[in-house]
Amino acid sequence: MTNLSAQLVMYEEEVRQIQAVADRLQQDSRARAILVVDKNGQLIAASGSASDLDTTSLSSLVAGNVAATGGIAKLIEEDEFHGQFHEGKGISVHMTIVGRRVILVVLFDKSTTHGLVRLRVKKASVELAAVLEEVAKKAESPQVNVFAEITDQDIDNLFND
Amino acid sequence: MSFINYSSREINCKLVYYGPGLCGKTTNLQYIYNKTKADAKGKMISLATETERTLFFDFLPLSLGEIRGFRTRFHLYTVPGQVFYDASRKLILKGVDGVCFVADSQMERMEANIESLENLRDNLTEQGYDLDKLPYVVQYNKRDLPSAVPVEELSEALNPTRVPEFDAIATSGEGVFDTLKALAKQVLTELRKGG
Repeated sequence: MTNLSAQLVMYEEEVRQIQAVADRLQQDSRARAILVVDKNGQLIAASGSASDLDTTSLSSLVAGNVAATGGIAKLIEEDEFHGQFHEGKGISVHMTIVGRRVILVVLFDKSTTHGLVRLRVKKASVELAAVLEEVAKKAESPQVNVFAEITDQDIDNLFND
Repeated sequence: MSFINYSSREINCKLVYYGPGLCGKTTNLQYIYNKTKADAKGKMISLATETERTLFFDFLPLSLGEIRGFRTRFHLYTVPGQVFYDASRKLILKGVDGVCFVADSQMERMEANIESLENLRDNLTEQGYDLDKLPYVVQYNKRDLPSAVPVEELSEALNPTRVPEFDAIATSGEGVFDTLKALAKQVLTELRKGG
């Protein structure tokens, strides 16, 4: 299991793989948009018409939602609700927790069905889980800290109005 | 904890404003939102009750500029201060990189401050964090009110570990950015140590 309190570091290779999974899922499920969100509310990848959306806010709210539902699960002694579905008139949202660490979000409309989305999400979840395993493995081996060289001056410069 | 994305060359950090009900956590975020240039901020989200009390959290994404080729982004959250929202507060502390404790300077809120601070410590411990090891600042808000307790007294009661502390009047913005900057600096310094 991944350590949830550990720093999340994503390298280009893994981001590319996650992006590929998201792109494929978006096409296969005929969804409007796909978001891959860290449980802490950070967006990792987006696909489809995501550029029209406020993905930062969406990611934060999705994570808040999943966290709240996780809180409910704990209270009723359920391990985790790994799936959630919000049905709207025009757009619906399907969320799945993958590898206990990320949330796979699918926004879809009438041009597809919930059944197809669920089916495609199943396949994508397995692929995504494999990539996340790699991320976790990499995190275990010592990495070069590119920020070790940051000076006080660098930090101060950020705050010069 | 912070999220470093080498692909988009971004560092994302989560800062949480904690404190008793009505101490001014949301007001801090609103002031920051109002005074930040449009291209450096995202939308501010408030999940509040009809009477504008925070129900779940407020959220404000800020972009601070580049550091060694990485864009630094801070996600500011507040917690609901009212005692009975403890379950929600715990959720918001997940993945926190830095905490600002906003104290209400008024004499009659002293007990609420102490209770909230203890609650912060307990909730962090429950999530596997130690407040003494996290980037952490304290803000004494509402310094303009007549019943404000002297800062020395507040400091003795609420800041025994002597972390950076700031006087503030969040409604007029006094001290708000000083507090934020001090916290953000600590978080970035922590990142240098390897997070």
